[in-house]
Amino acid sequence: MMARDFSWIKPEPWGIHVVPADSWIDPARPVDRALVTHGHADHARGGHGATLATPETLAIMKLRYQTDAGAQPTAYGETISLGGGVDATWLPAGHVLGSAQILLEHAGERIIVTGDYKRRADPTCPPFAVTPCDVLVTEATFGLPVFRHPPVEHEVGKLLKALAENPDRCVLVGAYALGKAQRLIAEVRRAGHSAPIYLHGAMERMCRLYQEFGVDLGDLRLVSDAKKEDIVGHIVVSPPSALNDRWSRRLPDPITAMASGWMRVRQRARQRMVELPLVISDHADWDELTQTVVDVNPYETWITHGREEAMLRWCQLHQRRAKALALVGYEDEDD
Amino acid sequence: MEEFAALLDALVYTRSRNAKLKLLADYLRDTPDPDRGWALAALTDGIDFPAVKSSTIRNLLSERVDPVLYALSRDFVGDSAETASLLWPEPDTPPTPPTVTEAVDALAAMTRATVVTELPRMLDRLDSDGRYALLKMATGAMRIGISSRLAKTAFAQAFGVTVEEVEEHWHGQTPPYQPLFAWAAHGEDAPSSEGIPLFRPFMLAHPLEETIVDMADYAAEWKWDGIRVQLVRADKADGTGETRVYSRSGDDISATFPEVAASLPFAAVLDGELLVRGSHQGGEEGGAASFNALQQRLGRKVVSKKMLAEYPAFVRLYDALIVDGEDLRELSWEQRRLRLEALMPRLDPDDFDLSQVIEAATLDDLARIRERTRDDAIEGVMLKRRDSPYIAGRRTGLWYKWKRDPLLVDCVMMYAQRGSGRRSSFYSDYTFGCWDGDPDQGAELLPVGKAYSGITDEELKMLDKFVRQHTLNRFGPVREVERSLVLEIAFDSIHLSKRHKSGVAMRFPRINRIRTDKPAHEADRIETLKGLIRD
Repeated sequence: MMARDFSWIKPEPWGIHVVPADSWIDPARPVDRALVTHGHADHARGGHGATLATPETLAIMKLRYQTDAGAQPTAYGETISLGGGVDATWLPAGHVLGSAQILLEHAGERIIVTGDYKRRADPTCPPFAVTPCDVLVTEATFGLPVFRHPPVEHEVGKLLKALAENPDRCVLVGAYALGKAQRLIAEVRRAGHSAPIYLHGAMERMCRLYQEFGVDLGDLRLVSDAKKEDIVGHIVVSPPSALNDRWSRRLPDPITAMASGWMRVRQRARQRMVELPLVISDHADWDELTQTVVDVNPYETWITHGREEAMLRWCQLHQRRAKALALVGYEDEDD
Repeated sequence: MEEFAALLDALVYTRSRNAKLKLLADYLRDTPDPDRGWALAALTDGIDFPAVKSSTIRNLLSERVDPVLYALSRDFVGDSAETASLLWPEPDTPPTPPTVTEAVDALAAMTRATVVTELPRMLDRLDSDGRYALLKMATGAMRIGISSRLAKTAFAQAFGVTVEEVEEHWHGQTPPYQPLFAWAAHGEDAPSSEGIPLFRPFMLAHPLEETIVDMADYAAEWKWDGIRVQLVRADKADGTGETRVYSRSGDDISATFPEVAASLPFAAVLDGELLVRGSHQGGEEGGAASFNALQQRLGRKVVSKKMLAEYPAFVRLYDALIVDGEDLRELSWEQRRLRLEALMPRLDPDDFDLSQVIEAATLDDLARIRERTRDDAIEGVMLKRRDSPYIAGRRTGLWYKWKRDPLLVDCVMMYAQRGSGRRSSFYSDYTFGCWDGDPDQGAELLPVGKAYSGITDEELKMLDKFVRQHTLNRFGPVREVERSLVLEIAFDSIHLSKRHKSGVAMRFPRINRIRTDKPAHEADRIETLKGLIRD
């Protein structure tokens, strides 16, 4: 059989080009038509002619860029013709609110770009949909076998235990402002903690947006509206950058925590000056990444941003066709 | 083992010394004997388990994890024990962790033949934090910033005794230190310290910086580039004696330098610089090799005859604290110096010499002498107040250190590698080069050195990002980067070297500034570097 080259889709350093439809997936520079997987800033940049994404992702982008010019909503599961004989379908990726994999079909070939994803339950978004395809373009943020995220209940338990053991302090959790923060709050609620949770100002609008989309986050208050003594014994959520910032000095003797998959590695936690590392990630861990390749069982796997070498090696060891794409512009996310 | 693992983790994540002391003190108070004694030993000196080597762990892993995946993981995590603890397959049954004492007994009983079955059995009883603690304990490399001094202070704090008492009774005790706990925790008689060579905290210096001192009041000495040591010999009633070599932090390094430990013929406490014999760093006084030679000897628990012959160590004496039972610490530096000079005929010149006093009438004279001496095994000069007693710690106005100003050159980053410890997973070790001619006439960059310090965490992130985005090639863990970023490198001295293609080797290179403003072709040339050599 002749090797298939899937030349109608072309990975370029600044995005994945769907050539016959002249569309780009998560492009790092402005293009005429962008297909966006989810709302994180390095995937969902502004300034495109048209932006196709789920309504949730478009709402997140509007919040960030203050405009929805060119927005074209796509519901999960709905197939859209892009022209040039290419059909596109947005499928749940389980990463954050509105996150999607994009299935592209052309001339009888099926390619899925996962965007960022995870396989675990998340109260803030529908679960990853396993869908057969010829090429699976997968992320590999946590593509090393040392990354195994523990059950989220276990990590939330650590957080609530630290809170209970230090009634005269507060626990300040650094969490990515889009996705991680809301999932953490929702999981804390699911564990039965109904007390007010205090927010850094930068978190507020995104939490409100989640609530508008029907995610229950309970009683949220702003640190800036509270007195220091009100915050004693409570959870405070801030962006990671504020953890060791002057901002945190207004808090009552905070225990510094951080919710991130990187917290699995001790020195990473130390580098962030974290006392209470919480291994909570919105990305697939090693077992999820490799299981996804097994479940989807594509003809070929393309590995994008993250630790491509180890995933490539795993594919080799399991006799699976694979190659690494060198995409730039994506941050080491999840922190 | 869970409590010990939790303590270890808490210590890893705690930065403040006081918080570390509290964690340790709480653990020592609340943990039963003999677990706490073993834990203390593991945290400080380490316990030697001859059957368990880091290669043992690598081998066990290679049977369970693909070696390439292991290497990539190790490279990212930056620590073998942690990598192994994370990669170890989770057992199907819930963990049944052993106590610290059980673990120590089992590790001690392992032989090279049984370790391959016994260590996995133990690892299967633990969760990943427990595995980390066990492997750290087994390989004796904790590296979590617990010096023996800190451990003793915590011990004192736990039981309401003084550090001096702890210091006095500690010596001669072996893990799990039962008599020490019996004394401090249960009020029994203290173990005797007679005939035991005790450590006395060092007198330290402040940087001189802008301070002006009158040379009439101060004596100047070279600041030698070795390691500061205290040599202590104590004699028992029967006349037999024991000598110990202590490092600046109070760690007993006698086993690493047995020839130094065997050299002191009378009871005394002496302060000096441990150096290795050599000539290539010559200088007026000669005799001392570069720090590089000394490094070959550091950190070894067993020293081969070959090592002893190739890198013989000796002590260049600065001070005498106690001689023949007489405490000199209250005397002035001048009086102590006379006593030290008087001791020299009693010491073998192969093992000891005297750190010379530099004659300088004014601070300006001293400044000139200090600048002239770039190529000796010298870091700078020390200024010691002539009337100062020997006082533990850093007391303002008594001793100053005055390091030489560094040399600066602009180099271009060529390769990068991930660091370990605090810098693990970041590309933090950089190889940089200079031009071997005119870059506009086709000159090449040749590597001139490697540095990983001198930058802030923010700069580290910036450089890490630069490396990731400008990688041209990968050679295992090493990335070759686009030759576009200029780094201003500071270093203490530069020497001719046959080992390097560029022909030069820098001493103590560190990154002084990141010169994003400077194009690579304006970086310095090798000939400029060679002009800085003062051999």
